[in-house]
Amino acid sequence: MAARQPMPHQDAKERARNFDEVALGYTKEQAIAEASRCLECRNPKCVQGCPVNIDIPGFIAQIKTGNFDEAIATIKLTNSLAAVCGRVCPQEVQCEELCVLAKKGEPVAIGRLERFCADHEREKGVVPPVRTQPSGRSVAVIGAGPAGLTAAADLAKAGHAVTIFEALHDTGGVLTYGIPEFRLPKSIVQEEVDYIRQLGVDLKVDYVIGKIKTLDEMRNDFDAIFLGTGAGLPKFMGIEGENLNGVYSANEFLTRVNLMKAYLFPYHGTPVKRGKKVIVVGGGNVAMDAARSALRLGAEEVSIVYRRGEDELPARKEEVENAKEEGIVFRLLTNPVRILQGENMTVKGVECIRMELGEPDESGRRSPVVKEGSEHVIDADIVIIAIGTSPNPMILSGSDGLKVGARGNIIVDESARTSLENVCAGGDAVTGAATVISAMGAGKLAAQTINDYLVNN
Amino acid sequence: MSYKILEKKQIAPQVHLMKVLAPDVAKAAKAGQFIILRIDETSERIPLTIADFDAGEGYVTIIFQEMGKTTKQLAKMTDEDVLQDFVGPLGKPADVRKLGTVILVGGGVGIAPVYPQVRAYREAGNKVISIIGARNKDLLILEDEMQDASDELYVATDDGSKGHHGFVTEVAKKILDSGETIARIVVIGPPILMKVAAGMTAPYGVETIVSLNPIMIDGTGMCGGCRVSVGGETKFACVDGPEFDAHKVDFNLLMSRLGLYRSEEAQCQENHNCTCKGGN
Repeated sequence: MAARQPMPHQDAKERARNFDEVALGYTKEQAIAEASRCLECRNPKCVQGCPVNIDIPGFIAQIKTGNFDEAIATIKLTNSLAAVCGRVCPQEVQCEELCVLAKKGEPVAIGRLERFCADHEREKGVVPPVRTQPSGRSVAVIGAGPAGLTAAADLAKAGHAVTIFEALHDTGGVLTYGIPEFRLPKSIVQEEVDYIRQLGVDLKVDYVIGKIKTLDEMRNDFDAIFLGTGAGLPKFMGIEGENLNGVYSANEFLTRVNLMKAYLFPYHGTPVKRGKKVIVVGGGNVAMDAARSALRLGAEEVSIVYRRGEDELPARKEEVENAKEEGIVFRLLTNPVRILQGENMTVKGVECIRMELGEPDESGRRSPVVKEGSEHVIDADIVIIAIGTSPNPMILSGSDGLKVGARGNIIVDESARTSLENVCAGGDAVTGAATVISAMGAGKLAAQTINDYLVNN
Repeated sequence: MSYKILEKKQIAPQVHLMKVLAPDVAKAAKAGQFIILRIDETSERIPLTIADFDAGEGYVTIIFQEMGKTTKQLAKMTDEDVLQDFVGPLGKPADVRKLGTVILVGGGVGIAPVYPQVRAYREAGNKVISIIGARNKDLLILEDEMQDASDELYVATDDGSKGHHGFVTEVAKKILDSGETIARIVVIGPPILMKVAAGMTAPYGVETIVSLNPIMIDGTGMCGGCRVSVGGETKFACVDGPEFDAHKVDFNLLMSRLGLYRSEEAQCQENHNCTCKGGN
């Protein structure tokens, strides 16, 4: 069996100081070589691992024979955001985990092949989609992130008049404010959004539902609603010193850098503090993104402080490797106790404690236990808290009867229906912070449910 | 999106009034709320408290003082120009109810957000005593409007060029000392004024409300940049406020966080001046 084709990367030293995309993508030859590794199983398991059911063996077979146009058409039958998914999906725990080759060695690089197809199409110029005959029904989609965009695309393809309402000034949700340019170029996000616009979807930015109009008012104005409002509320640890100058939520830090382009300050007007020694608390993708962004802003040392071990890091494996290559320091089994105050209410360091892994908790991960007497101080001038986010409660103001759980998450049934008739929900607003692709899967499911509802009512 | 400036005028040195066409915002706006605007693609987002709104005409009025690069750029805009973004209404509306006699205090450009509250408290059936102040008489804004909207109006200037020679808090203290029953005091202005006012009213046990203006980006609870400490708890001014119980606010933290980007602001200013001097 031929080895898996490596992804060409920008050199680690060089890329640690720029915001250009890290992974450069396969060449045609590489794509064909990688596709040729696929065994074309009679009973392919990979598709089961894809939340949006892409015909994976189908598009890979088309790449093998050099039919790249057909390959992207196959992907787009079920996935409107291929260029995004090919870059940010955690394939190692989805399609690629189930690939038969993974049992003995390395799985087919399905994600990289998906990206290759999307990039091939973009370079050629995307063919505008054919619009469907209007159904005469209207749907409002709240939130222009992965869940909302996916739901909107499927509903527009079914002929419904779709309007997306977005609170920020730009579309894409977490793809735009959260994931950095070097991992997901914003021009790619915008092209994907343009494609959805070409399907006939109307996009309204600067529009805060819950403030301009309540959900109840929206239900009168539209035949059905999809809530894809995400999990935008940053969590803090509740430790001493968290309000000091120089302590950011990862959301704020990344929003400044990505959405507001603070890395181009002062040409772009939004500043961000450029730390010399930066500590990022957390071990997920958001923590990796924040750490690598801080490094690119010129930090001398950036550390990830995470309370569990290497195996428990929730981040995508490839991003952990990229971060290490770039020189991010991993301080594992370490937990912050308090943030130490310097002059003028700035940060001068973080007092941490060492942890050991105990018994597995309800999530199946081994839970960390404090190692007594292991307090130590790590110097820092910037601290970024990346320990997760919860659903934003703003949508709830002025809407009676929408059931939410204890963590503020919207409660839905197996078909994405909320407690309100004609209102579906999906993505992080339902699950709490999860992945782009699971949000897209939920958007797809909700679009199906809404379509069924509109056809039957 | 784009939002047309219907009218722009200077109402005091370095203080400007702008009416912006934003029908959806105007229809939903209530006293005490704010908007966030962005001038163009490269601008930062800045929050400004709503000074007035007209649902029928579809506009929202903002009043701002030239402080940094963004407000200076905003000051150069004129009628018919467009703003790239104008998001709102954000924050919780002021909790306006019939309480009896209410004192509303506005300092500097803080007079602007006080004005719609004066009207709202009056409409709710309160007796409204307004106190407005500025460094000197030229910097006093909305004096006529406040006169018309209030039951009583007092003026204070730091230099004594008009009204009481001194601070608005001194005028408020005199009213409290006069024995008149005051149900609530609302104070909006520079953080130091709000801090002093909170300290002044505390011994009287009068409910005191302030409107906080920390640095923020999205204004919808997403970034947490606007966090303030109120009664020992961390709150997000954008969604939990902007109004809070003055006696519980940690003003020192607020003021220190407001100064966070002072060096970057200076750099931005310098860069901006250079570009201007360089010509085309």
